[in-house]
Amino acid sequence: MSPKTLYDKIWDAHVAHESDDGTCLLYIDRHLVHEVTSPQAFEGLRMAGRKVRAPEKTIAVPDHNVPTTLERLDGIIENEEGRIQVEALDKNAREFGLHYYPMNDVRQGIVHIVGPEQGWTLPGMTVVCGDSHTATHGAFGALAHGIGTSEVEHVLATQTLIQKKSKNMKVEITGKLRPGVTAKDITLAVIGETGTAGGTGYVIEYCGEAIRDLSMEGRMTVCNMAIEGGARAGLIAPDQKTFDYVQGRPHAPKGGQWETALEWWKTLYSDDDAHWDKIVTLKGEEIEPVVTWGTSPEDVLPISAKVPAPSDFEGGKIDAAARSLDYMGLEPGTPLSEIKIDAVFVGSCTNGRIEDFREVAKILKGRKVADGVRMMIVPGSGLVRAQAEEEGLAEIFEEAGAEWRLPGCSMCLAMNPDQLAEHERCASTSNRNFEGRQGYKGRTHLVSPGMAAAAAVTGKLTDVRELV
Amino acid sequence: MEKFEKLSGIAAPMPLVNIDTDMIIPKAFLKTIKRSGLGVNLFDEMRYERDGSEKPDFVLNQPQYRQASILVAGDNFGCGSSREHAPWALKDFGIQAIISTSFADIFFNNCFKNGILPIVLPQDQVDVLMKDAEKGANARIEIDLENQTITASDGESFSFEVDEFKKHCLLNGLDDIGLTMEKAASIDLFEAKSGAERPWV
Repeated sequence: MSPKTLYDKIWDAHVAHESDDGTCLLYIDRHLVHEVTSPQAFEGLRMAGRKVRAPEKTIAVPDHNVPTTLERLDGIIENEEGRIQVEALDKNAREFGLHYYPMNDVRQGIVHIVGPEQGWTLPGMTVVCGDSHTATHGAFGALAHGIGTSEVEHVLATQTLIQKKSKNMKVEITGKLRPGVTAKDITLAVIGETGTAGGTGYVIEYCGEAIRDLSMEGRMTVCNMAIEGGARAGLIAPDQKTFDYVQGRPHAPKGGQWETALEWWKTLYSDDDAHWDKIVTLKGEEIEPVVTWGTSPEDVLPISAKVPAPSDFEGGKIDAAARSLDYMGLEPGTPLSEIKIDAVFVGSCTNGRIEDFREVAKILKGRKVADGVRMMIVPGSGLVRAQAEEEGLAEIFEEAGAEWRLPGCSMCLAMNPDQLAEHERCASTSNRNFEGRQGYKGRTHLVSPGMAAAAAVTGKLTDVRELV
Repeated sequence: MEKFEKLSGIAAPMPLVNIDTDMIIPKAFLKTIKRSGLGVNLFDEMRYERDGSEKPDFVLNQPQYRQASILVAGDNFGCGSSREHAPWALKDFGIQAIISTSFADIFFNNCFKNGILPIVLPQDQVDVLMKDAEKGANARIEIDLENQTITASDGESFSFEVDEFKKHCLLNGLDDIGLTMEKAASIDLFEAKSGAERPWV
């Protein structure tokens, strides 16, 4: 048998039909659904008189525009349009018989945090969701990617997607990370290297010692931003850490099925002589804590660097950089570590897991959020929230003067009231620094959780290593 | 879905690289539960002031481009969020084809589901069409999907690649779900086989 990559193996195990031109029907093992990209899909089903083919493989949870303030516990969503979307999801989940975690269920949270937490996401699976950050689930060695609403409807009706295979790209991070450098720095550094279109047409497999050393939480952070590099999906081969994380979760296999599953999962790795269409290698020890300075996730620099000038770039990027600097209100040559911030956001499907909050608590313990800075900390799920409270992290946050909120996507995309004001500058653990992403004319600097906490304490972008 | 065969239209130039789907349709307009009516908010933050008045410099606000049905765009158009609201808004405005050196994967697929043809061309050819688009309403670009050609206003013609299946669906206005349902027997078979091999799924 010819050698295969991990992607090849998962792909081959899910082709339900292949046409002569190579167009395939890829079978989907898990379909995750949220309130923003699904209403039109369910409406389409109704209009055509179609059913959900596999409701037992379909999991729904509202996350994008749920409020994260405490009044939500009374079932209140002030924004009428947001409320209508959440109610539509309630109704659709009930009528079509899906697994559902309603807004005030303790298991509710960001769809990409709930899936792994509940054991829905398992190695070797195909996972899709009407959300680009579905790439997160690739951390388990699952082929996971975002789809549009028409494709959501297609998966609901047929449990398959019409797909052509992507190319294989290997991103290897060799060696060890230095202290203070995290999974977020890895994933941003990779995008800085490849650009936001560098992965277009590929599925990335992340490998190397620095990746193996990461926890499952860290691996999810890395895969989460594969889409920011343009890739269809990011993957990490499952290993003992993966199996340990999965075992015992509510929807993970049990007993004899666990043993059968494990046997297969252990075959899920890229063969030594597998073919790669593109290879990128970064040395782990050379990665520094990074921040973004512009309005594209590829605008990445180490915190020790200075704001670049448009003339540092080539081609279409010259105008784009000039536009970014204008939008961000930054002068070329300014040290990044001198940029003052107004707000800090910790959360999102990129960095909304327990490990992220532990990192933040380490920096905030015994310190205060700087005067004039507001810090919002939003757990990725109700269970993460409960655990952070049990570990005493929430207390540290509140003592430091940060807001500790209910779970949801919150200010990552600011569909709910959690938004930046015009020209407010934010150190954010989320995944996109696009214009207007966190609020109209809001300015976003993407950072790791530790870097976000350090910025909160000093009131400016700061090298976290100065505070540990 | 409407058929896409030939298109002759005004092309609007948008040379900016990395135009993301947040720019194409900001989140404020994602709260709809419908597909229609998003054209008025296409490129909302680039197109309008906060008070709702038009920004005269923005390309689609200029008289010669108000009827544009083609965009010639910078590299990596449609990156970011998977929101299909982006092609819905483009389509509702009247955009039927987009030309660029590259598109983000999810956006690219979403276009085909909505009768929009995204065309990838090399940089030098995009540059020619960008210049043509900058001429304004007098420069009509013609796209022939059957023959896979684009012709600029001065007659210069380029051929483009398109996936056979996607082309077939666009030319005939076919609904994907209906086509897949014709293969239900294959899906049944796959489910039975994989269900036996991987019962935990």
